[in-house]
Amino acid sequence: MDHPLLVSSLRWIVLFPLLGAVINGILGAKIQERFGKNGISVVACTAVGLAFIFALRAFFQLTSLVPEERYLLDTLLRWIHIGALQVDIAFAVDPLSGLMILIVTGIGGLIHLYSIGYMHDDEAYWRFFAYLNLFTAAMLTLVLADNLVLMFVGWEGVGLCSYGLIGFWYKEHANTTAGNKAFIVNRIGDAGFTLGIFIIFWSLFEAGHGTTAVFRDLGPLIHHLEGQMVWGVPAATLAALCLFVGATGKSAQIPLYVWLPDAMAGPTPVSALIHAATMVTAGVYMMARMHFLFSLSPVALGVVATVGALTALVAATIGLAQFDIKKVLAYSTVSQLGYMVLGVGVGAYGAAVFHLMTHAFFKACLFLGSGSVIHAMGDEQDMRKMGGLREKMPLTFWTFLISTIAIAGIPPLAGFFSKDEILWLTFSGGHPLLWLIGFAAAGMTAFYMFRQVFMVFFGENRADEHTKEHLHESPPVMTYPLIVLAVGAVFAGFLGVPPALGGSNILEHWLEPVFAGGHGGGHAAHHHVEVIEYVLMVASVGIAAVGIFLAYLIYYRQSVSAGTFTAVGGGVPYRAVFNKYYVDELYHATAVRGTLAVSWLCSVFDRNVIDFIVNNVAKATGAVGWAVGRFDHYIIDGLVNGLADVIFGIGNRLRQIQTGNLSIYLYVIVGAIAVSQFLPRVGADILVPVVIAFLSLVIVVGIALWLSTRRIQWRLMFTKEGVSELR
Amino acid sequence: MESSILTLMIFFPLAGMVTVFCLPSQARDLIRWTAFAFTLPAFFLGIWLYQNFDTTTTALQFVVNVPWIESFNIRYFVGVDGVSISMILLTAVLCPICILASWNIERAEKGYFALFLLLDTAMTGVFCAMDFFLFFIFWELMLLPMYFLIGIWGGPRREYAAIKFFLYTMLGSALMLVCMLVFYFQAGAVEGVGYTFDLTQLPAVAQHFQTEPLLFGFSLPQIMWLALFINFAVKIPAFPFHTWLPDAHVEAPTAISVILAGVLLKMGTYGILRVNYPLLPEETFLFAPYCLAALGAWNIVYGAFCALSQCFTEPKDLKKLVAYSSISHMGYVMLGMASFTPQGINGAVLQMFNHGTITAMLFLIVGVIYDRAHHRRIDGFGGLASVMPVYTGVMGLAFFAAMGLPGLSAFISEVLCLLGAWHTHKIPALLGALTVIITASYLLWTIQQMFLGKPREEYADMHLSEINTRELCMLAPLGVIVVVLGFYPHAVLDLLDVSLQGLNEVVLSASTNSPDTAAVALR
Amino acid sequence: MIMDGLLLDIGLRHFLSVSLIVFVLGLYCVLTRKNAIGILLGVELILNSANINYIAFSYFSSGNYDGQVFAIFVIMLAAAEAVIGLAIVLGIYQNFSSIDIEAVDSLQG
Repeated sequence: MDHPLLVSSLRWIVLFPLLGAVINGILGAKIQERFGKNGISVVACTAVGLAFIFALRAFFQLTSLVPEERYLLDTLLRWIHIGALQVDIAFAVDPLSGLMILIVTGIGGLIHLYSIGYMHDDEAYWRFFAYLNLFTAAMLTLVLADNLVLMFVGWEGVGLCSYGLIGFWYKEHANTTAGNKAFIVNRIGDAGFTLGIFIIFWSLFEAGHGTTAVFRDLGPLIHHLEGQMVWGVPAATLAALCLFVGATGKSAQIPLYVWLPDAMAGPTPVSALIHAATMVTAGVYMMARMHFLFSLSPVALGVVATVGALTALVAATIGLAQFDIKKVLAYSTVSQLGYMVLGVGVGAYGAAVFHLMTHAFFKACLFLGSGSVIHAMGDEQDMRKMGGLREKMPLTFWTFLISTIAIAGIPPLAGFFSKDEILWLTFSGGHPLLWLIGFAAAGMTAFYMFRQVFMVFFGENRADEHTKEHLHESPPVMTYPLIVLAVGAVFAGFLGVPPALGGSNILEHWLEPVFAGGHGGGHAAHHHVEVIEYVLMVASVGIAAVGIFLAYLIYYRQSVSAGTFTAVGGGVPYRAVFNKYYVDELYHATAVRGTLAVSWLCSVFDRNVIDFIVNNVAKATGAVGWAVGRFDHYIIDGLVNGLADVIFGIGNRLRQIQTGNLSIYLYVIVGAIAVSQFLPRVGADILVPVVIAFLSLVIVVGIALWLSTRRIQWRLMFTKEGVSELR
Repeated sequence: MESSILTLMIFFPLAGMVTVFCLPSQARDLIRWTAFAFTLPAFFLGIWLYQNFDTTTTALQFVVNVPWIESFNIRYFVGVDGVSISMILLTAVLCPICILASWNIERAEKGYFALFLLLDTAMTGVFCAMDFFLFFIFWELMLLPMYFLIGIWGGPRREYAAIKFFLYTMLGSALMLVCMLVFYFQAGAVEGVGYTFDLTQLPAVAQHFQTEPLLFGFSLPQIMWLALFINFAVKIPAFPFHTWLPDAHVEAPTAISVILAGVLLKMGTYGILRVNYPLLPEETFLFAPYCLAALGAWNIVYGAFCALSQCFTEPKDLKKLVAYSSISHMGYVMLGMASFTPQGINGAVLQMFNHGTITAMLFLIVGVIYDRAHHRRIDGFGGLASVMPVYTGVMGLAFFAAMGLPGLSAFISEVLCLLGAWHTHKIPALLGALTVIITASYLLWTIQQMFLGKPREEYADMHLSEINTRELCMLAPLGVIVVVLGFYPHAVLDLLDVSLQGLNEVVLSASTNSPDTAAVALR
Repeated sequence: MIMDGLLLDIGLRHFLSVSLIVFVLGLYCVLTRKNAIGILLGVELILNSANINYIAFSYFSSGNYDGQVFAIFVIMLAAAEAVIGLAIVLGIYQNFSSIDIEAVDSLQG
């Protein structure tokens, strides 16, 4: 692992689908116009086909190496190198991702083929395939990424494609709402994922032994996390829980599973590829990839296991009462993902990945089968209107039945081995209660899946006449993928036959280099064949048989009425299950409404408080300005004008001395001369005060005189009219 | 030639302004093309600058340093380093695009384009100036054309918006002027420095300030830091100085919104990095947890919620939504630069660049639909994806980029900001990381209401024509940048890293000088 | 000789007395007359009282003829003044149809 084999062809596994997406995304409309829809599908399927070929090549390169050195690396581009954060766009293949790329490109390729038939009548054919290719590229990026940050690119990339494909028929409001829901709920998980990255990165940094986001280097470093605390919580636990929040979003676990059933609004191949086989398993894959972190924290593992088991049970119960053919499968998917998460939670990473793989086969097959049914029924999805399709659609029926047996856990089909391995490791890992939950969910799974088979393929056809006439088996391009997947559903399980049944668990050994050094709980118990293992095996087959038998009684023989069960407890449990425990309503009333209320408050605050303050500060400033203006006008200007007025008034009074009467002038002259005759005889010490007193008298008298005439004007100065009069 | 490149970039648009003034006002096309032609040299010089920029040094490059007003030792001092290069490039890219976006201006084109070119000069000048006085001059010079561009060519409430913008900004400018003078006179009292406005010499001055409490327990340099911060916070715009932004955006013509959000907002954070960080590093370290980190996180959350409210409360204005989203996204910049980690500070400047391109796209997109329908109500459209598929595709790119979708440019910068911030300020980083949920909500909701669903009947007869070549020409380069930087962020990060880490070191080493403040921030 | 004795008897005091009487008469005339010409006559009297003073002071003090020269100068001035004064009076009459100075107060402020 220290010296990974550099293989430059890995990039093409991602780049071919990406190229296909770019071609179809940008030129798709033109290609479709000129070359028809075949042009589009040729581009798309070639892209995925080439990716599959390169994936196979990488896989065989891997097998040619000794197990401990099975690690291929291809560094495409220097990506983010800042300080301690050194991540590249680099793709790595180890046994785990080698398996995953085969699943993604293999099952993805089959679903591409299937879509040629299924989407044939759709106008936006090119858009569908562009999304599908983009999804494949993003999923492969997620799987092949050699570091957490690049994995996050794929992580959100698949979310984007999921959003686009759920809302593919965007003219229907419900579809786009489902798309929004999926994206936003996943964003909650994504926020957890990023926080997990931050915690790992910085807690390692603070531990002082270097830090990294590259998986290859994280493994050896991760034990330094022990002893690091964030907010008083061990860093490993917090980081693992944050990543797990991300996983609950993507892998539809409690409490974030609500988006997946709604996501069935998308075209059925999308449900098969994205919402069953690949994308939703990303959370499980990520936790398996980060197993060394989860293994550090028993607390986190406990949470993971509990959530997984509860999800398996809760989703299974909801699945019991659904009538939409795809909704049943959706809850079944949630439930099966719960098993995988349970597997991770008990440290059985290999078993989780095993179940991931088998589930990919039979669930993709089930979804494509349901798509085939829906196609034939003219877009009818209500199982109450189906029935008796067995004769009309034999291929679909048989593949669907095989997959149903596989998921129900009947040996020797795939689901039995993988589910049972998880259950056994749960039990042997010391979690009998979780085992019980998983055990009960297994029985329900068998029941609702066979309920579906009986309702859809057996009995009377309950559709209207028009639909009946058009019932037909799907074209080969749709049925061949079904056959391939059904074969997978039969045989994939043999990769993991436990030693207890005489197998050698090939898959376990294949994945061993990846999970070596992981939590040993599962492994240790694994190699000892115990009697109790056989007991549990028989028990789980037994409960599956019970479930099947019950479904047979109710929905095929109809000897037991469904009403006897729905009426239990006054119908309350049934209504709760039928209405999905009202979780959507609860979330809407709390999270959605709460967010909107906060946002409303913010906007009100912005407009009515901040802007109120700003506007009033502006107004207050304006008022001060107005006051200053008045002050300037009346006081400052008033003083200046007032002084001028005083002088004017004095002059006005003085001018009245000038009578124009010569005699008076002469009297004044003579009088003045006469007075002046005495002045020299008075000393200067008397004269100066006298003159000053005289002048003062003149001024005072002048002002008094002026005031007497201008008194009215003073009053006017402080009123508006007065001002305009003055000017 | 080499050293005068910045001068050319600054003053080419000014020459354009003079030329536009000399043209007859009837020759509308000629005016447009002339204005466009005069923004192009800066663009090409920017490319040259990008290629010849030495990424291995923190030193200023392409420096011109000549006396300007000798009696006050004011110098014409321009230069570029890692802090400013990305902003200069951003301006050089956005200006020609904005001229293209102004093609529909139908009133007093001559004045409009002349003012726009003046604005171009001022903006480039702010990012190049290394003399505090010159910086201040360009800073103020920018206000003038902006005021008129909003106040004359804006929407119905343009005068209110223009005056609000102007007053807010003047408040800050006054504070900056005072601080600048305090520095100047303090520099005069320091031996070996002397009276100067030189931003490269002023860091030596800061430690000579009195450290006794002066007002409310704050010392003089602390008060100056806060005053400068308020000035820059108005531009960012940081809560609670942000309310001019939605008004200004709503009223401004498209191209001016682009410039406003694309370049002007960056001046706030750029100013903090250029002035507050190197000149007052100790105070920066002291205040960063509150003024930058906490306020930044609050900006992120508050802006996102306000944007979300535009989806369902009146006036449901798309432009207002984008404006609030700008407030939210600028919070990441503040948060990143407050972290004092290489990731955070690099992320912050990269986010400045990325937000510049993405928000420019968003406003251009709003402009495109507004030109056709003459309104911007989010609930006034529907099913545009069927009517205008190419437009919808471009919109999708921009909206998902704004959402921080991995593979597009904003993802890198937001993750770097948050990653850096987590080290220093955990709660703000947590808030920032959680807000991506709200961001996704309002953008997706907008997409759903405007673009998805069935086309509305009232637009059945009205012809909403597909996006045209001119509009594609202005959006395509930005789209390419957004995609390329998502996969190869080092195209920009390489330019920044050395200088920014240097700046980081300045602050961190200053903080270790004063042990009592060091304890505050690093946990 | 008789004259000498007579002259000796009549001293400066007498001349000044006559001059004072003439001056007061002239002043009285100026102040009381409403007729412009009467005022002019009064002014002539004041001037002549001044002439008497000039000659008297000249005779009793220096012995040269400075006083006489000034007296003749004053007479010439008085003639010129009379000419101008009468011309003004004529102008006033033409404007106001009166030479009563109380009627001519259009310079009143």
